[in-house]
Amino acid sequence: MDIEVLEGVFDANEIIAKENRALLDERNAFMMNLMASPGAGKTSFIMKTLEGIASFPPPRGGRIKEGVTLTSPLRGEDQGGGDTSAKGIKAAVIEGDIAGKVDSERIAAMGIQAIQINTGGSCHLEAKQVNTALKHMDLEGIELIIVENVGNLVCPAEFKLGEDLKVMILSVAEGDDKPLKYPLMFSESHVLIVNKIDLIPHTDFDMGRLEETVRKMNPSVELFKVSCRTGEGLDGWTTWLEGRVRNGRQS
Amino acid sequence: MHEMSVTESMIEVVLRHAEKNHATKVTRINIVLGELSTVVPESVQFYFDIIGKDTIAEGAELNFRRTKLIAKCNGCGEEFEVVEYDFTCPACSGTKTEIISGREFQVESIEIA
Repeated sequence: MDIEVLEGVFDANEIIAKENRALLDERNAFMMNLMASPGAGKTSFIMKTLEGIASFPPPRGGRIKEGVTLTSPLRGEDQGGGDTSAKGIKAAVIEGDIAGKVDSERIAAMGIQAIQINTGGSCHLEAKQVNTALKHMDLEGIELIIVENVGNLVCPAEFKLGEDLKVMILSVAEGDDKPLKYPLMFSESHVLIVNKIDLIPHTDFDMGRLEETVRKMNPSVELFKVSCRTGEGLDGWTTWLEGRVRNGRQS
Repeated sequence: MHEMSVTESMIEVVLRHAEKNHATKVTRINIVLGELSTVVPESVQFYFDIIGKDTIAEGAELNFRRTKLIAKCNGCGEEFEVVEYDFTCPACSGTKTEIISGREFQVESIEIA
């Protein structure tokens, strides 16, 4: 006997993604899903973005609480001194990694609420993990949540998290030929950040070729060329992001 | 790369529908896989042989049907096959297009006994 099923295998994930979305809508919080290869500069990019856009609760900086568990929010405390950016957006970060809490510690040390998800070998974040993280966080007044996905150009593109914005980073050293090798990621992302542009003179990276390929695959993509090392291009990005966080939400 | 967890999800979908229809055995699973999907059929088969063991779906034949990448132009309404990931509308050169098919990983139907 033939039974019609017509059920997507990712449907279960998408139901939870919608729950996340509802939870964020209720609080008017904007969520950005950041995806890239390992080593493309995701964590540095988040830190630079926060420096340009976030408000830092005084006192800023400081150390991590001893004995904190991986699923608890980490928050920098003691010693202050950091300057709140002019944009003053209250932000928090969800860090996804296979193992370790190096990244969330770096964010928490800035005075920003950070929560670490360890996927234990899994190559991407799923909506359920983000749901758990959101429930563990103090979301009071939070306007922007940045989710750092697991370093991978393949799988994270398949799993919706309930985000408003999918942002991907391609770093110059990875080469300008990546879009056609990872078509789903490049065609799904709303924003493409080309990072480490200070390296261009030392490589054969062809920005014109990259742009041409990406615009065909994803005509509406927003493209920002930055260097987290020199700071070039970051103002344009944070100004654009501020506009999105304050004025617009889209799926 | 995530085929183990997606195969688990797929089996969950299959078993749920099989049980609902009082099946004693699932003999065939018809799967639709879009051109853009990153899921690899050979890996799904590999994990299915392991995870499907001792379920009523054990030994079922997996049949994959690939769907082409089809987009629709929001400007002129043209539906077109996307070739080499070029999403520009061939009719009006519009760049506001959306994917209609080619992303799916769907259990289309199952054959049960």
